[in-house]
Amino acid sequence: MLNFIDTVGEAVAGIKDGSTVMIGGFGNAGQPFELIDALMDCGAKDLTVVNNNAGQGDQGLALLIKEGRVRKMICSFPRQSDSWHFDAKFHAGEIELELVPQGNLAERIRAAGAGIGGFFTPTGYGTTLAEGKETRIIDGRGQVFETPIHADVALIKALKADGNGNLVYRKTARNFGPIMAAAAKHTIVQVSEIVPTGSLDPENVVTPGIYVNSVVRVDSAGTKEKVA
Amino acid sequence: MSTQTSLKTSEKPLGRDELAQLVARDIVPGSFVNLGIGQPTLVSNYLTEEQNITLHTENGMLGMGPAAEGDEIDGDLINAGKIPVTELPGASYFHHADSFAIMRGGHLDICVLGAFQVSATGDLANWHTGAPDAIPAVGGAMDLATGAKDVFVMMTLLTREGVSKLVEQCTYPLTGVGCVTRVYTDKAVFLTGPDGVTVRETFGCTFDEIQELVPLPLKAGA
Repeated sequence: MLNFIDTVGEAVAGIKDGSTVMIGGFGNAGQPFELIDALMDCGAKDLTVVNNNAGQGDQGLALLIKEGRVRKMICSFPRQSDSWHFDAKFHAGEIELELVPQGNLAERIRAAGAGIGGFFTPTGYGTTLAEGKETRIIDGRGQVFETPIHADVALIKALKADGNGNLVYRKTARNFGPIMAAAAKHTIVQVSEIVPTGSLDPENVVTPGIYVNSVVRVDSAGTKEKVA
Repeated sequence: MSTQTSLKTSEKPLGRDELAQLVARDIVPGSFVNLGIGQPTLVSNYLTEEQNITLHTENGMLGMGPAAEGDEIDGDLINAGKIPVTELPGASYFHHADSFAIMRGGHLDICVLGAFQVSATGDLANWHTGAPDAIPAVGGAMDLATGAKDVFVMMTLLTREGVSKLVEQCTYPLTGVGCVTRVYTDKAVFLTGPDGVTVRETFGCTFDEIQELVPLPLKAGA
């Protein structure tokens, strides 16, 4: 069911302790900062978070980690020059890390949304990240079995939603949005604009509304989307 | 094979920009290319319009243009290094799984990556030093190494301690097995493959001097 919600706080209110939460964004592009802040305020803890990184600076996901609300990170690139909150938790042994090659992360999320029980891929074959996993030689290449990543909730950012929850994104801010929307049981989207049903060209819809449960409009600062 | 007159030899080792220029010149016109973070990014400065190269950035774009400046800077338009970039006419955007399918499905012609070590058989180590207290971070390195048709490595031949990074077997954790096809270094260009390692050209030293530095048997090639 699709709901249009007035505030980010109401949008995330149903997120329970122990949930697996996918958070869109690559760097700051496409990161749903306002939804993450609301998740921070709602108090949910013991979370497993799926994101490409593990928080940057003193905002968003980095603060959730700092406050000890994240039990486990599933990501491809936790270590950055400004990932000090994750680094501290990791060195203190207070957060679990599942490190996943970025393409496997994306494909495992996609697989979850597409009902695929797992897949073989050459990525990671012969490396420490394939240790303990089933392998096969397929077409002469070593391949590793990877399983889908499901989530209870996805928090993503898009540019516009129409009344049916159809989404369009903006430039490289699209990144994980479409695949996370499909992979989560409940997808919450923050958009800059809600437009009348019928005003998006159906040929250009990127995420069909069937994958979307909650839409909340947020005035996003810091991007040029208003002038585009 | 002590005297290899067929090898092109420049007077001096190549600097970072000269090396980037050489890699750029070697990219076949019309190729789809991904340039890794760091030194490989310099290659884009030397690609010519005539080459008609399309750059891929794994966060979700084909047709990436130069770094954005001033008013061009847009938080929604960044590259894999999270640097603001521009889009060229004919660019396209796609989600992360599609972007990695471009690599993983073998559609990308060339990727250029940095490396800690490359082995005689083209194994690549570039994501993790293996230090026990280091936080591992892999990003797209394994997908690029495994998926691109050709994997070019750009690195200095020697570590700061003077040890060859071209090795019989990698001691650092692997990124990919048998994936590297060429190694561009400040002192020589090496071609790697199932038949061993061939020196294509040298810079500021002779084939014999390169062989002294590298602990595996090298062949000389034109």
